[in-house]
Amino acid sequence: MENEVTIRIGGESGEGTISGGDILALASARWGYHVFTFRTFPAEILGGPCMFQVRISDRPVKSMGDYADVLICLNKEAYDRNIRDLRRGGVLVYDPGDFTPESDDFITYAVPFNELARKEVQLFQTKNMVMLGAIAGLFGPPLEALLQVVESRLSKSRKANPVLMEKNRLALDIAYRYVREKIEKRDPYQLSPVEKADRVVLNGNQAVVAGALAAGCGFFAGYPITPASDIMEAMAKELPQVGGTFLQAEDEMAALAAVLGASFGGVRAMTATSGPGFSLMTELIGLASMAELPAVIVDAQRAGPSTGMPTKMEQADLSFALYGGHGDTPRLIVAPANVADCYSLMGLAFNMADRYQMPVIFLTDQSLTARVESVDRSVFQPFTIEGRLEYGKVGSNGANGASSNGSKHEAATALAASFARYAYTASGISPMTIPGPGALPYSATGLEHNEHGHPDYEPEDHTAMMQKRFRKLETAAQELPQPEPYGDSNAEIGLIGWGSTEGAIQEAVDRARAKGYKVASLHLRILSPLPDRALRNFISSVKTIIVPECNYSGQLANLLGARYGLQPIRVNKFGGIPFTAGEILRAIEEVC
Amino acid sequence: MVQSTTPTLTLKDYKSEVKPTWCPGCGDFGVLNATLRSMAALKLPVDQTVVVSGIGCSSRFPHFIRTFGFHSVHGRALPVAQGLKMARPDLTVIAVGGDGDFFSIGVGHLVHAALRNIDITAIVMDNETYGLTKGQTSPTSPHGHKTKSSPYGLLASQFNPVATALSLNVSFVARGYSARPKELAALIEQATLHRGFSFVHVLSPCPTFYNTFDAWDAAVTPLPEDHDPSSRLKALEYALDSEKQYIGLFYREERPTMERVTREVVEPREFRIDEYIQRYA
Repeated sequence: MENEVTIRIGGESGEGTISGGDILALASARWGYHVFTFRTFPAEILGGPCMFQVRISDRPVKSMGDYADVLICLNKEAYDRNIRDLRRGGVLVYDPGDFTPESDDFITYAVPFNELARKEVQLFQTKNMVMLGAIAGLFGPPLEALLQVVESRLSKSRKANPVLMEKNRLALDIAYRYVREKIEKRDPYQLSPVEKADRVVLNGNQAVVAGALAAGCGFFAGYPITPASDIMEAMAKELPQVGGTFLQAEDEMAALAAVLGASFGGVRAMTATSGPGFSLMTELIGLASMAELPAVIVDAQRAGPSTGMPTKMEQADLSFALYGGHGDTPRLIVAPANVADCYSLMGLAFNMADRYQMPVIFLTDQSLTARVESVDRSVFQPFTIEGRLEYGKVGSNGANGASSNGSKHEAATALAASFARYAYTASGISPMTIPGPGALPYSATGLEHNEHGHPDYEPEDHTAMMQKRFRKLETAAQELPQPEPYGDSNAEIGLIGWGSTEGAIQEAVDRARAKGYKVASLHLRILSPLPDRALRNFISSVKTIIVPECNYSGQLANLLGARYGLQPIRVNKFGGIPFTAGEILRAIEEVC
Repeated sequence: MVQSTTPTLTLKDYKSEVKPTWCPGCGDFGVLNATLRSMAALKLPVDQTVVVSGIGCSSRFPHFIRTFGFHSVHGRALPVAQGLKMARPDLTVIAVGGDGDFFSIGVGHLVHAALRNIDITAIVMDNETYGLTKGQTSPTSPHGHKTKSSPYGLLASQFNPVATALSLNVSFVARGYSARPKELAALIEQATLHRGFSFVHVLSPCPTFYNTFDAWDAAVTPLPEDHDPSSRLKALEYALDSEKQYIGLFYREERPTMERVTREVVEPREFRIDEYIQRYA
């Protein structure tokens, strides 16, 4: 039997469902397993149904799994909501005090979670520990692995006290012994010890923060919004510790405006938001593009339109990221595919912003923000931080601020004339200055301007400036990395995707190839400028193209259609939940 | 290239090669002159001073000054200026704009600039009309004011900038008049030196769309010499005067500034990704 199980826990928010799942994922990862989580959030502020799913495997896992192998129901509602996602022949663990399941399609184990917590442990809050103890006894990981995580978590908690820790230990132990003694195991899911590996366990938002800090981000301004708020909260805590500054803005317009102010001051700056906030930022994205200022804007996409479903996943901001704003506005777009990317591509995004003096939109999505993955520690390398192309600068500016030490009231420096801040160059990139002693001043402006940054509406000027700004995208297209196809090198069917769906797509490719289909996929991490060479090669190498996307309108498919005249098969999912590999596999099979 | 230090500086040293686009007689000329004069008096280094603006006639300001400039979008001069000052506390940051920028589209930012008290100076040129878009009403237009956007007379009340700034507890509140550039220059100078968010409301008439020169010549009155700028209540009384337009320093208070305080909360150290990522092991 393979060393893999997908466990889903369904329960009520606030009764430890999610924290129990977190502990299970972390303990399994520390024990040496690969993990991949998927969770839902209740719409309510307090309470409401929620679920946590973790796929645990001794091989790298790319997606959340098609079905749960094991479903743990902490109440009847969890059963009603989640039973359709339990694999036929899978295991249902339930509390006989809550309900009695009717179906014969599953192996059922009755564990009295409530009674064990209430009567045996005599502390009802330990119900999730009882659940974890039962999981350890039935499937793994071992009790000690769970206990270690619980202890280290509790020691950091405000609620920490020896009595509570003892109760937790007792709950784990009682449930473990209960299932060992009372339940006759009839299922094939049993995790056995594997070799330990050097991995870290974190979610997409946490990796974005690590990436931003490693990239030398020195300023963050933002406004709270689900599901991007954790990025802001972490930056609020971390930035002062590395000499950076943080501002909770009064709205998203102020947030991006403050970011552009900091960026004008030569400091690497970013904001993080979601759809509604991203909409408000549009005018300032145009300003950043026009004034040629670097900025990194994380858009953690959620289901729209309007307020939509704040806690649900969608990939429906691509068109807006590409085209949002009045006028022709060059911008760069980066989309991470997994947690490791959330780190690595932040390094790339900051370098791109500085190198091309342009806003970079970093498109994550709700599922990726909350997705916990075990990632090889070696992914988290320091970045090479590229500076900006500076005009007549001796030495360089630190990423976290200027090298200035001059008094602001020493004499003014008289200058003969302004310098050509927006000089026409072959690459489109013009050397800029950063305020500080000896730097040549200029005015950044959202008005059309001449090479010196002075307002200028002459047709020749606007034409040349427009070309110069867009030339930077052409330069970027030449310089930025091209994606490599995945799968069969003689594929007949090609899938093209972007963002957090890569794992599900690649897993579908693997499973399709195992069935004998000639399939490959190409995943785009940079969507502006498009990796033209790789796309043309891939498109011409296959007979049929499928574009799976979690949106209604097929936004990448539309883009590829406009650019390459491509009419791909569109596979769209837009219920607020990511693709499973099985769903994409079915789409492949329908073509064949 | 960079020249050697000049011992005395004049207004001309701060003038850029771009000629103002304003109508003849525009009050903003006086404000520009007063600003340049205050810069020369303070010997502000052009390479370490940034003038930030939004959109409007007065927001063309940065282009006419030889310091660094950031001509942003409508209403957002204050957040741009605050982000810059937070990130670069070593720079002198001056935000300029008009009544539309500061009291209409960007009025929300005024509240939070007051609360944060980041050390920037705001110079607001108020002509009680929308000049760039040719004369519609502004929040500071008087009730009943007839324009193309208020053909039956303005139905809303008039916004009181100084009283608002005082009620928000802005740490430096002053008013000047473009036709009195010397006094205005002195106020801007004090505002620039003030540590914290300073707000200078400037009566700056628009002779093209709403000529208030005569009315303001009559109404403008210096604050009494015995006015105590530490009294917010007294300042508010002068600000609420319905006939006189008092000019001078209404209120001043030294308070901690956010860009300084934020640097005192912890001792910064070098970021190391290997150390940071350990928390997820």
